[in-house]
Amino acid sequence: MASALINVPRKAKRGDIIEIKTLMSHIMETGYRHTAAGDLVPRDIITSFICRYNGSEIFRADFFPAIAANPFMSFFTVAKESGKLEFEWIGDNGFSSTASASITVE
Amino acid sequence: MKRTPPTRRSFLSLAGSAAVAGAVPVVTLRPLEATPAMLTSAIRNVVGEAPVRTGKVKLDIPPLVENGNTVPMTVRVESPMTSTEYVKSIHVFNEKNPQPNIGNFYIGPSAGRAQISTRIRLADTQKVVAIARLSDDSFWSTSVDIVVTLAACTEEVN
Repeated sequence: MASALINVPRKAKRGDIIEIKTLMSHIMETGYRHTAAGDLVPRDIITSFICRYNGSEIFRADFFPAIAANPFMSFFTVAKESGKLEFEWIGDNGFSSTASASITVE
Repeated sequence: MKRTPPTRRSFLSLAGSAAVAGAVPVVTLRPLEATPAMLTSAIRNVVGEAPVRTGKVKLDIPPLVENGNTVPMTVRVESPMTSTEYVKSIHVFNEKNPQPNIGNFYIGPSAGRAQISTRIRLADTQKVVAIARLSDDSFWSTSVDIVVTLAACTEEVN
């Protein structure tokens, strides 16, 4: 089971710029490594990450094998209204995981 | 400790064996490296024919990396981030990993601050390039040279 760590301020003032940090557990196998027997280890990475704030997309990233294992991502947004931040990771071999956090904007 | 200065003969034989030893990894590793030409074409895939100017972008990576498997990286773009003047996206590339792309990050006026952080892999001592696309579709870039002592990506799996 994939697990995610999300760091979003629980409260913010309207108009504040807030930082959102996410960490997703994933091997991010590059597809360029070999076993000791010489077999290529197939690629298994997260290819995209999306963040939505009350349904509208505020951040999206395309990942390549050069993103380290357990991808960490930090970005910013303006606290506009109370509600929900939803996170989605999509990857190879049908990988898909979601997480969410709520924020109160005063 | 007493050291004898190398004679011309010993120096030449040492240089010769170093050249032989050096030639082997160059041949075997070459196909696993993104060449500067691949870097250029990866950048062209993103920017098209538009000119890329230097400036506005700040790429924060330690200049000396001990472990290339996880290298913290922050990209920050100078922008007022208003509804009319903002950063659309940030693209990060490298020169010598097996693939030239590292990541594409799409932000927008709602970000408030044009800054992203993540952790990347670096297979070799090389150059990392960050390019930002602004709301007027102009492209700005910066590059940083990084020394990597332990490479990522190509080691054996145990």
